[in-house]
Amino acid sequence: MEVFNIKQASKTFDNNLDVLQGIDISVSQGEVVAIIGPSGSGKSTLLRCATLLETMDSGELSYSGEKAAWNGPDGKTVYAPEAELKKIKSKFGLVFQNFNLFPHYSVMKNITDAPICVQKRDPKEVFAEADALLAKMGISDKADAYPYQLSGGQQQRVSIARALAMNPEILFFDEPTSALDPELTGEILRVIRTLALENMTMVIVTHEIEFARIVADRVIFMDAGIIIEEGSAEQLINNPENARTKAFLSRLQL
Amino acid sequence: MTLTTILSKLAGGMLTSFSIFSLTLIFSLPLGLLVALARMSKNALVKGIMRIYISIMRGTPLMLQLLVVYFGPYYVFGIKLSPNYRYWAVIIAFVINYAAYFAEIYRGGIESIAPGQYEAAKVLGYSSSQTFVKIILPQVIKRIIPSITNEVITLIKDTSLAFAIAVTEMFTIAKAIASSEKTLMAYVFAGIFYYVFNFIVAMIMERIEKKLNYYH
Ligand SMILES: Nc1ncnc2c1ncn2[C@@H]1O[C@H](COP(=O)(O)OP(=O)(O)O)[C@@H](O)[C@H]1O
Ligand SMILES: [Mg+2]
Repeated sequence: MEVFNIKQASKTFDNNLDVLQGIDISVSQGEVVAIIGPSGSGKSTLLRCATLLETMDSGELSYSGEKAAWNGPDGKTVYAPEAELKKIKSKFGLVFQNFNLFPHYSVMKNITDAPICVQKRDPKEVFAEADALLAKMGISDKADAYPYQLSGGQQQRVSIARALAMNPEILFFDEPTSALDPELTGEILRVIRTLALENMTMVIVTHEIEFARIVADRVIFMDAGIIIEEGSAEQLINNPENARTKAFLSRLQL
Repeated sequence: MTLTTILSKLAGGMLTSFSIFSLTLIFSLPLGLLVALARMSKNALVKGIMRIYISIMRGTPLMLQLLVVYFGPYYVFGIKLSPNYRYWAVIIAFVINYAAYFAEIYRGGIESIAPGQYEAAKVLGYSSSQTFVKIILPQVIKRIIPSITNEVITLIKDTSLAFAIAVTEMFTIAKAIASSEKTLMAYVFAGIFYYVFNFIVAMIMERIEKKLNYYH
């Protein structure tokens, strides 16, 4: 079953930079897709378009068949009405590079506030679920702590728990370990790997090639706003066909 | 005039000073927030008007603004105003002046919040009003409390400007006593009153600041 689909996504910023030039990605239930590519190739912009933080100039976007955006008669993207988008927003989650936790909320409130105040779910059920999520993230003892009291790795685990508490069908990660000290990246990668084993549908932008090889069902290599090559992790990372993919991978290995 | 009489007269004036102080804060703190939001509006006209308003309020003396608010209705429109208007002229002048200062403080605070806070809230589905009230504003308030404290302390001292249109707040009374009794006593005690008032307000503001210190 298809959970996420983006078609011919194009985006140009005011400075006339074609950041996305017709990106097509479809992700099925339970699939883990890693997106790799040089800095500035448009990976973040792609995730921002997928999560409605940024608007596309043209292109289509849908979640589980529900259309969030489509091309109008003039070829420009038309977005669904606000009420429709609000419903669609609870289908996906996004984990940021810089966590973006709410500093004035405790860990527990960071995780439970949106399910209670946005999704209007039963607080009791939400708190029980949050307890389970914290346990799974290995930070049960931090429920009452504030973000500033946590290490970067712990903060990122809270932000993953916050995204999961919304019960999304798909989770996007934008370089979830890039802001962390090297010794802390492992704990986050392990958490994501656990989610993969539980069949969570995920799209992960990452520079951790080894991690992508292990966890991803499919790897996409992007450069200059275009998907250059995609395939299974084995195929793309071990035997890349395109010269640009080869160059990028060999640069990482040096 | 006995010391007790002087003190009780000053205390009466103090009450007026305190009411000017309180009413100014009650109205100018929320108004300042609205002005700040209008100042950051996407509408160029609204933004331009607010920019001019703020620059006039900050660029001219409060005493002058007070005189304009008090005498303006009569000289410009020929409206005859009741003596009661004195007091309200002070409140109006102070509120529009302080709202402008507070607006700039709010704006600085709002602009200092990282865009990531808005983005996280948006992805979690918060509406823009929820985002502002629950996520942004509490962080803004914590950041701007020290600047607000500065303004609030200045306001205590500014209440004495009401003497310019003969509103009988503490300073006006002290001046009257000083000239009729030929003694500086009234000024000394007025000074002490102002100082204690300041001290209490500073303490309260510090409490609030400490209370918000549960996170960084
Ligand atoms: N809001 C923006 N305005 C203008 N240019 C932007 C904006 N966001 C990103 N860009 C530009 O788009 C290009 C792609 O950025 P990004 O999507 O962040 O790449 P990546 O995540 O792959 O490093 C970069 O050249 C960047 O400078
Ligand atoms: Mg990026």
